[in-house]
Amino acid sequence: METLSALLYLVASICFIMALRGLSSPETSRQGNIYGMVGMTIAILTTLASPIVQSYWMIVLGIAIGGAIGYVVAKKIEMTALPQLVAAFHSLVGLAAVFVALAAFYSPEAYGIGLPGAIAKGSLVEMALGTAVGAITFTGSIVAFAKLQGLVTGKPLVFPMQHPLNAALGVLTVILIGWLVQSNADAALWLIVAVSLALGFLLILPIGGADMPVVISMLNSYSGWAACGIGFTLQNNLLIITGALVGSSGAILSYIMCKGMNRSIFNVILGGFGGEAAGAAAGAKGPQGSVKAGSAEDAAYIMKNAQSVIVVPGYGMAVAQAQHALREMADSLKHEGVDVKYAIHPVAGRMPGHMNVLLAEANVPYDEVFELEDINRDFGTADVAFVIGANDVTNPAAKTDPSSAIYGMPILDVEKAKTVFFIKRGMAAGYAGVENELFFRPNTMMLFGDAKKVTEEVVKAMEA
Amino acid sequence: MEHPDPASNIAAFRQTLAALTNQVDALAVQVAQLSPVPVTETAGHGSFFVTGLTVLVLACFVGYYVVWRVTPALHSPLMAVTNAVSSVIIVGALVAAGPAGLDFSKVLGFLAVILASVNIFGGFLVTQRMLSMFKKKGK
Repeated sequence: METLSALLYLVASICFIMALRGLSSPETSRQGNIYGMVGMTIAILTTLASPIVQSYWMIVLGIAIGGAIGYVVAKKIEMTALPQLVAAFHSLVGLAAVFVALAAFYSPEAYGIGLPGAIAKGSLVEMALGTAVGAITFTGSIVAFAKLQGLVTGKPLVFPMQHPLNAALGVLTVILIGWLVQSNADAALWLIVAVSLALGFLLILPIGGADMPVVISMLNSYSGWAACGIGFTLQNNLLIITGALVGSSGAILSYIMCKGMNRSIFNVILGGFGGEAAGAAAGAKGPQGSVKAGSAEDAAYIMKNAQSVIVVPGYGMAVAQAQHALREMADSLKHEGVDVKYAIHPVAGRMPGHMNVLLAEANVPYDEVFELEDINRDFGTADVAFVIGANDVTNPAAKTDPSSAIYGMPILDVEKAKTVFFIKRGMAAGYAGVENELFFRPNTMMLFGDAKKVTEEVVKAMEA
Repeated sequence: MEHPDPASNIAAFRQTLAALTNQVDALAVQVAQLSPVPVTETAGHGSFFVTGLTVLVLACFVGYYVVWRVTPALHSPLMAVTNAVSSVIIVGALVAAGPAGLDFSKVLGFLAVILASVNIFGGFLVTQRMLSMFKKKGK
């Protein structure tokens, strides 16, 4: 029986690997997701069949309640709200990990790790680590959720002694783990929970809204490591494998996001980026000049007569929900024989791949959407770059101005296109607090207004 | 010196032997009683730690290579599906909620089952929704 369930857990692990493997191309991805569901079903049924599970009503009730909530939420959620949703889901994994660790502490005999008050020391360490990471994931994700949902300001919240305080809490956690292992006292475990909850809260607080892609990836990684820690406590390879897959996935995504901003992970975690200091400094020395504002009719006329248009979407498009109008515009252009492509910067939006999903939602075929490396040289031959709701990712200061906050960040070379349109609500600097000199160039035309409204006007002007 | 009687000598030797045998048996029983408990518990756990660590490191490598092959366009579904998959922690919750009777651990397990289920159903479903939107040109 034990061998059989271990083998079934192995099958489930393979299914999860296949689920990630499927995502290497959109064609195989749906099949991959089915593998994931099959793996989860096997894992749950195998556990339910084990002799330790005696009563089922509570489990069935729990799955029914949770499943119904999950189903409704996933059906109803708007694609623009995806980052918040993912953050909220991460928090649940974190909290579940804390509950499981506590349950293992109070009923160690069920997990075969000792007796109450006399739990194997190794298990206590693993339990404590799982609890700590789970609790950090929980509160950290809640803060991330609140920032993404706009419940609290997206601006970094910085206060004096922040980093020493966090470091002290980290050290305190380690001391508490030592105490727990020595004494097996439940007070120690509860204190670990409390300190880690506070730490997760404080860690994410200073990180600004546009760094959220990194934060979400990082929390994704944490939720994996929490599962991994619990896997050691439960002596269950499935949890360890899955935790490691999720953990490394989140870590790689964080790395890609950091590279997309040319910043180190520490720089992001320490936070405060794009705060008042950067804004004030940039405001003082920003390039000044005259800005050419255009109308929707001008833009429609120029684009209709272009050969190729590259669209550069950013977070502004997501906020304004402009993706459908954008696709209509692209359809009209294609109707006129214009070649339309989309260029996605790695950190565009609030989570990795955010823009791709929104464009896909608007029925933009994925083979018209390109990543930075694949499309950057095409700007040289493009007639129009249509920048909608993006700013910093197009700023040439990243290449030319070593004193700039975003220096070294890979950018989309929109300035090489013959004409550049910027749809923006106003002249405000981007998230990094850096003025964009492109706005003042003679081949740039600003289209001021809400991204969706302006795009709709362009579509109307084209049809007229 | 008087030579001891060989017969009584042998008898004495036999007695000692019997006593020794008894002692060995008693010790064997003691060893049998003692050894499994601490040996399997500490060594058993220790050996799982090494096995688990081996699995962990290998799985990290698998994860590394698999995730780098994921196309950047699908990074959002990747996050959603990893999130659903990490809810495999429900396995631990089921063990906690499984036993007959009702205690604190069981309540914790019940709560964890709910949380993990939200994630499992929500995560896979939202991934499916996302993936169903990715279409090729002309379809």
